[in-house]
Amino acid sequence: MAHIRLKGISKTFGNHVALKDLDLEIADGEFFVLLGQTGAGKTTTLRLVAGLEKPTAGQIFIDGQDVGDWGAAERDVALVLQQYSLYPRYTVRENLEFPLKSPIRKSSPDEIKAQVDRVAKTLRIEHLMDRKVDRLSGGEMQRVSIGRAIVRRPRVFLMDEPLSALDAKLREALRTELKNLQVNLGATFLFVTHDQVEAMAMGDKIGVLNNGQLVQTGTPHEIYANPVNTFVARAVGSPPMNLINGQVEQGSAVTAAGQRLPFDGHDAAAGRALTFGIRPEDLYLEGGAPVAARVHDVENHGVAKIVTLRLGDSLLQATVPTQTSLKIDEEVRFSWHPEKVVLFDGASGINLRHAG
Amino acid sequence: MAVVSTRAGRLGNRLAITAVILVTLVFLSPIYWITSTAFKPLVLATSVPPTVVFEPSITPFVKLFTKRAQLTAPVDPAVYEAAPWWEKLILDGGERLSRDGKGEIVYSAYPDRFINSLIIAVTSTVLAVSLGTITAYGFSRFRVKGEADLLFFILSTRMLPPIVVAIPMFLMYRAVGLNDTHFGLIILYTAFNVSFAVWLMKGFIDEIPKEYEEAALVDGYTRMQAFFKIVLPEAATGIAATAVFCFITAWNEYAFALILTNRRAQTAPPFIPSQVGTGLQDWTVIAAGTVLFLLPVAIFTFLLRNHLLRGMSFGAIRK
Ligand SMILES: Nc1ncnc2c1ncn2[C@@H]1O[C@H](COP(=O)(O)OP(=O)(O)OP(=O)(O)O)[C@@H](O)[C@H]1O
Ligand SMILES: [Mg+2]
Repeated sequence: MAHIRLKGISKTFGNHVALKDLDLEIADGEFFVLLGQTGAGKTTTLRLVAGLEKPTAGQIFIDGQDVGDWGAAERDVALVLQQYSLYPRYTVRENLEFPLKSPIRKSSPDEIKAQVDRVAKTLRIEHLMDRKVDRLSGGEMQRVSIGRAIVRRPRVFLMDEPLSALDAKLREALRTELKNLQVNLGATFLFVTHDQVEAMAMGDKIGVLNNGQLVQTGTPHEIYANPVNTFVARAVGSPPMNLINGQVEQGSAVTAAGQRLPFDGHDAAAGRALTFGIRPEDLYLEGGAPVAARVHDVENHGVAKIVTLRLGDSLLQATVPTQTSLKIDEEVRFSWHPEKVVLFDGASGINLRHAG
Repeated sequence: MAVVSTRAGRLGNRLAITAVILVTLVFLSPIYWITSTAFKPLVLATSVPPTVVFEPSITPFVKLFTKRAQLTAPVDPAVYEAAPWWEKLILDGGERLSRDGKGEIVYSAYPDRFINSLIIAVTSTVLAVSLGTITAYGFSRFRVKGEADLLFFILSTRMLPPIVVAIPMFLMYRAVGLNDTHFGLIILYTAFNVSFAVWLMKGFIDEIPKEYEEAALVDGYTRMQAFFKIVLPEAATGIAATAVFCFITAWNEYAFALILTNRRAQTAPPFIPSQVGTGLQDWTVIAAGTVLFLLPVAIFTFLLRNHLLRGMSFGAIRK
């Protein structure tokens, strides 16, 4: 398995900058998730690592070797795409055999059969082996795609939103399977998604990509608890982090609308425009709490309820226990856990702690 | 309500079927005419009004493959008795078969011309389709400088009616010694067809997701291997459609074949009408030659019909 490093990677298509000065490191055996919205440059990054595209600037290292001049075949990576990665004219078995039959691998027929059967068993697609792939359901197709990737133990697995075309239930099931597979194989994964839930659930590490730039890398926890800027704060978490403009006055957090909330000292914060970031689960409703708001909406999610509070003309979301009964438009009082508040610069949106 | 609309639907269906049958009849009528003529005795071939019911005979086909001369005197009954049945057909018509010094029957040039047609049409089709497919693949998958201009230029070679360049072609071919050679017609037909093949194939190849090949590249195949293993099978429909069009064009070409060939490399189209002999015009022989000439295209198209049905919806390659 392998260690991957992208150093100063830029990629432009004509005048359009798809990736800008990207530095990325994926440790051996790590499940790295690249998270970004559409057009952020996720697929481009994968294609660069796979060798299907050449970077405009920068270097790519696999296991310490500069692979700039290597073709896709030599890099020994496996790629699972969102669609179209299976050959429609082939049966499932033929698709799975295809990578093993490549002239550079020269596997014997017995070996090929053994490998294919092993993968079929792992992915529970044995009953589909003789079917043409265009007769498969979306979930079966993605299983076969993953099978085609794992059948030949590549150094790196590259996956481009392999689950996003599936319905929610199947997506969750395959998510678990894929994660187990990665753990069992001990393989290095570069997994691309626009779905932050998927990223949080699967990643050992997450890289957040915005407009061709890597905004933050870190463990899911780091990214969730301490987003580097308001972009990441909004991108990760469901519901997302509440962002409230305001400033610090006399040891209290004061919102733009004038409500005062407790504040847990931070000298750099005094006297400047701020954005307070607070996760919904760190807001709580309590009779004697300092701020009054009205219930705008209540969603029951089973494990908890998500309450949307109307505060002046802004909306905040809070997670409350399911047994809490709330009526729309009811007045409630709330506060937050001051130690959980993340401070962003009001103008630039950068996390003060990261700005150092 | 449902009943009414079903009835209307049924009526519409019947009308459509009737229309299809009518159109088919109109298109098939010349084929019926030429085929029936090929089996008629000469006197009925030119009768007015045309004879529809007659006793078919294959005399025209015997005539097509042989050289004959008018009988100047009645045949010796012993010779007549000894002749095979098909020679009797000729003798009955007041002709005898030409024989060479050793007494062997002299065959007509039709089989040779027919084979010339096959060689030239098949070779030029294979060339045009292969070149067209490779070129189209290049245009479809790689950034080609001036792609739009080049594609337009390729198409522009088809904008002129080819016959406009017949005289210069004739002079050029004479100068370089390509007159009356198979090679000369093959490259000419290939040149006609390749531009068309490029355009047609580009449409089909554009429809094949490039992800298929990229997956193969990542799986350890070279681009060439990916092309043959993945792209070609996916493009089969387009290749079949393109091949049929190119074959029909090359097979039926008349004007250049007439100008640029006369014996060795002459194809069937200019040969068949040259059978309109001096004196007697034997339409039945021409009809027989034409009917046989129709067969290869019919067979070729029939063999590829499954591909064609999908291919005719140009580019709609995935169901
Ligand atoms: N071959 C190309 N030619 C021109 N522009 C391209 C090309 N490939 C990608 N781009 C552009 O580069 C940017 C990044 O594209 P990319 O496909 O990497 O996005 P993505 O993050 O994968 O998005 P999505 O979630 O929609 O798949 C986009 O703005 C896209 O339009
Ligand atoms: Mg993408």
